[in-house]
Amino acid sequence: MPAVIELDRVSKTYRSGSLEVPALREVSLRIDAGEYVAIMGPSGSGKSTLMHILGCLDVPSDGSYLLAGRDVGELDEDELAEIRNRRVGFVFQQFNLLASLTASRNVEIPLAYAGVGRAERRRRAVDALHRVGLGERSEHRPGELSGGEQQRVAIARALVGGPDLLLADEPTGNLDSTSSAEVMALLAELHTAGRTIVLITHDEDIAANARRVIKIKDGRIGADYALSGAAR
Amino acid sequence: MTWWDTLRTGVDAVRTHRLRSGLTVLGILIGIAAVILTVGLGLGAQQRVNEQVQALGTNLLIISPGSATGAGGIRGGLGSASTLTQADADALGSKVAAPDIAAVASTTSSSQTLQAGSANWTNTVVGTQPSWASVRARTMSDGRFLSDDDQRSAATVTVLGATTAQELFGAVSPVGQSITINAKPFTVIGVLASAGGTGGTCGAGGAANNDDQAIIPMTTAQQRLVGGTGRLSVQTIFVQATSPAVLSAAYQEMNALLLALHGGTDATSPDFTITTQEALVTTANSVNRTLTILLGGIAGISLLVGGIGVMNIMLVSVTERIREIGLRKALGARPRLIRRQFLVEASLLGLAGGVLGAGTGILGARLLPPLISNPIAVSVPAIAAAVVVAIGIGLAFGVYPASRAARLAPIDALRSE
Repeated sequence: MPAVIELDRVSKTYRSGSLEVPALREVSLRIDAGEYVAIMGPSGSGKSTLMHILGCLDVPSDGSYLLAGRDVGELDEDELAEIRNRRVGFVFQQFNLLASLTASRNVEIPLAYAGVGRAERRRRAVDALHRVGLGERSEHRPGELSGGEQQRVAIARALVGGPDLLLADEPTGNLDSTSSAEVMALLAELHTAGRTIVLITHDEDIAANARRVIKIKDGRIGADYALSGAAR
Repeated sequence: MTWWDTLRTGVDAVRTHRLRSGLTVLGILIGIAAVILTVGLGLGAQQRVNEQVQALGTNLLIISPGSATGAGGIRGGLGSASTLTQADADALGSKVAAPDIAAVASTTSSSQTLQAGSANWTNTVVGTQPSWASVRARTMSDGRFLSDDDQRSAATVTVLGATTAQELFGAVSPVGQSITINAKPFTVIGVLASAGGTGGTCGAGGAANNDDQAIIPMTTAQQRLVGGTGRLSVQTIFVQATSPAVLSAAYQEMNALLLALHGGTDATSPDFTITTQEALVTTANSVNRTLTILLGGIAGISLLVGGIGVMNIMLVSVTERIREIGLRKALGARPRLIRRQFLVEASLLGLAGGVLGAGTGILGARLLPPLISNPIAVSVPAIAAAVVVAIGIGLAFGVYPASRAARLAPIDALRSE
């Protein structure tokens, strides 16, 4: 399997006044295509920083990061935007759907930024909504959908551009247990279909859905182990 | 993201915050309407002045006496000297010396009391020649104007202005009636058609009111109304050029002729002044222009305040939608597209304000004139310019908020609550 993510001694230091706060210290990591990885750690451990770097929302202070074989360290704002648009699908804890737009128009946003024509965009958005089981709800606005449905719309939005990497940041953090189970089942299904998924969570039960767990502590990888399928 | 997508998103955003967008648009609306109305008022006043000056006659040049310098070197105002004479007027009438002059009418006017039966009225009595009617472009509503015979015989006949006739005779036709001017008997032979307007803005050319005057032959005026040394002098000479094209040629001819006739006077400080209609318009309009600039300036300031309103609301919008901006960036929006998004929104506000302001301005230009008794001219280019300016204001004041939005780091934007 080719590597989707290759981190080589990546560090990230935030500056707060004259104080330098290291968030990541020389993290090296490789995630192959088709893997389902949970990144765990308590708050302040650096797992959010790691997620931002993996998602190209932030760049490393030091070290190199290859996403799908491309070094993102030297890219400018526009190129990073393009990488986020084509290579990464984000799923956020707060769903981050635009309240004024229907589900399908929310899903269309990444395609709009990719320059896909309107009819094609629409077709693919509805298609993606069907894949997450919301084909009938494409004309509903987020306010008319349950939390679990909203998160599934967000997953449809993350998938619609066909990214190399699906990055889910506490995707069940705002959901009840039924909706959580639905969303996790959907992620498992996507994994089975061959998607590369990185799940950021602090919840052991959620992490147990993945096949590999990476524990972050004090900006370093504390543990990195595979879960057997039986654990789920 | 095509322009169409950006526009659609912008319209959505503006519509989502109806009240806020509405108030912002109101600021621009008031500014644009104020600019259109003040500029319209200025243009309306200019048009009216032009009409009034045109009503004096066509291709008209007006000669006034120069300033008189009294004993002790105290100089009077223009027109205070009595240096113009009937001889000057006659010379100007010569086709040989002044081929570009079509007609000449000299006038001497004074304030006199008119009496008809028990009614009396004080107004301006003008002594002049039969050519006056054509030079000043006046027509008769009743009877006839002065004739050459009246002039030769110094007949005691008079032609009344419309207002004067009304004051002395009411609804009765005055033609053939007798009146006294300065206690001397005169016969009314005609009534002038109303010229309209006050003539008050016309400076040297106009008496107080074009319709409130009594016209008598110049010869009669000199013999019966004017005494002493001023007898043979005339106050104003109205000259009509043969066509608009030869106005300046006529001016040169008049100037040369009068300088020659008034021999011995210095050519650089002649004892007469020649005014053209254009000069009258220019003088009157310079006053109007000052006023228009002043009012337009105030309107411009209100437009500027409207623009600041746009900036304010766009800054609020950026702050409020910081998560949306972060999300859009995470989903692949380039900084340029975010900037464009906010610029489009700001110019949409400007456009709405401009169009509604233009509508309000046009409506105001229709409804206000009767209330303020001033015409308001609406010019299409000015309105188009106002709308363009409104969009420009939206754009200009949207630049800063839009760049702020574009510069936001996606993680900071996403993290904010």
